Amino acid sequence: MKLITVAGPPSSGKTSVILRLIEGMNRPQGSIGVVKFDCLTSFDNLSYAEAGIPVHTGFSGKVCPDHFFVSNIEDAVQWGVQSGFEVLITESAGLCNRCSPYIKGILSVCVIDNLSGVNTPRKIGPMLKYADIVVVTKGDIVSQAEREVFAFNIRQVNSAGKLIFLNGITGQGAFILAKYLQQAGEILSLRDTRLRFTTPAAICSYCTGEIKIGEPYQMGMMKKMEFKSL
Amino acid sequence: MTADFLSILTSRPLAEVLREYPIGWDFLANYRLHSLGPELSFSQALLEVEEEALAEFGLDRLGALESFAEFLEQFTPKENPLAEVKSITIIGGWNKAKSPEAVSLTISAGEIISIVGPTGSGKSRLLNDIECLAQGDTLTGRRILVNGAELDDLQRFEMEGKLVAQLSQNMNFVMDLTVCEFLEMHAKCRLTPNVGEVTATCFQCANELAGEKFSEDTLVTQLSGGQSRALMIADTAFMSESPIILIDEIENAGINRRQAIGLLAKREKIILVSTHDPLLALSADKRIVIQNGGIAKVIEISEAEKESLGIIEDLDNTMQRLRTALRAGEVISMRDLEEPG
Repeated sequence: MKLITVAGPPSSGKTSVILRLIEGMNRPQGSIGVVKFDCLTSFDNLSYAEAGIPVHTGFSGKVCPDHFFVSNIEDAVQWGVQSGFEVLITESAGLCNRCSPYIKGILSVCVIDNLSGVNTPRKIGPMLKYADIVVVTKGDIVSQAEREVFAFNIRQVNSAGKLIFLNGITGQGAFILAKYLQQAGEILSLRDTRLRFTTPAAICSYCTGEIKIGEPYQMGMMKKMEFKSL
Repeated sequence: MTADFLSILTSRPLAEVLREYPIGWDFLANYRLHSLGPELSFSQALLEVEEEALAEFGLDRLGALESFAEFLEQFTPKENPLAEVKSITIIGGWNKAKSPEAVSLTISAGEIISIVGPTGSGKSRLLNDIECLAQGDTLTGRRILVNGAELDDLQRFEMEGKLVAQLSQNMNFVMDLTVCEFLEMHAKCRLTPNVGEVTATCFQCANELAGEKFSEDTLVTQLSGGQSRALMIADTAFMSESPIILIDEIENAGINRRQAIGLLAKREKIILVSTHDPLLALSADKRIVIQNGGIAKVIEISEAEKESLGIIEDLDNTMQRLRTALRAGEVISMRDLEEPG
């Protein structure tokens, strides 16, 4: 089975990109499955179901979405293998800019949209930096110049990745993305593989349910800001 | 090359490096390193940065040094393969009824081709084939050659969506910048050496194309539809590196369309205009007629059609005149419909 991981900020168009990608891959119905990692709730399963694509959704709830991803990805792969998929695509949402749910040796896609502001690529961090392919959506409604500035800012952070402009409505650009992703390697398990970047560290009192504010309640791993007097 | 930058970053003061490569400021900002000592070399200055701060970005000191060198290398102007694109050739595949398209059309830099056909006939599919440089592997079976040669997959990926610039009625500016700042920002991304000169040319040209003039201090988001289109076209002509331009039906309000497309052609771009506007369609050199998912025919614009262009232009001018009169608060009379003078 081929595994492809897709990540991106909320509402950047990940689901549309995946739906277009699956169309472009031209494989029999039911041979490509999707696992959606979301936070609290999700409506994307409806879009997948409508397109006849088998989908499994998981919610991270109170757990850091990146930690949730890494502790469930092997089970997702086993679900995919047992379901007999040729391709499994994971979609991770609700990520902070510090996240990067990518695995060494597994093709990774970062989806960002042109409307999110020209400097956004410079702020996203590992999620953009460590992606093999960067898909830019919503380019059809901004000027050519803004597309070029956006692409330049992506290059600043990720100079090696492939950059593809994709229109989630018409599917323009999906062909070349599908073509590239056909190169994904075959796997049966992710055991002993490694993440490309560490997940955000967080083992503090607030992780375990503390809600009171103030020094006495802060325990474990904390990072304090330094406020200098003006 | 990266090695050269490594030695520059370890030997020369940071301030000097940044003077020569101002783009370096962006790297420092990306990694929150903008307050480094300017009189030290980058590698020396790094010693004062806490390792933990670098680790947040997945870097150590050596990694930061290497990343900076790679960054400067990445943004050093290089030979641009896109500048070598002098022609594309469309070799027919088949239409929706699986009948073959008997077409082999070469379009050279400076040529204007219009594309006509009903909605849903397959115009977008043709534009998609061009954008992804189809090699008989898309639904249409078409092949697109560049400078007469086929491309392998690696070359196709290398183009990275830079081959084609697009311009359509749906596009808007979303950046919160003035016209001047906007042009400067684009020039910076193209690593243009003479920023002032290029932005001035762009600005002047956009104003010539626009029906109503605008100033350099206007916010791009406040430009009218026609002014936006004029700025986009001037910007694409002078600053975009893409050799091919796809234009999707630009409205005829507030911009001189013929002049705009003529400008792009003069800049040696390959121009494809999807339009049913007679003025634009007949100003082209040829037009592609799309029916049932395929190229039904390619019409060379005849002398007879070119002659009718004069009358169409008069009609168009009349409409423009009426628009200007209405804008100025005048009352329209039959006399306005006749040729002036």
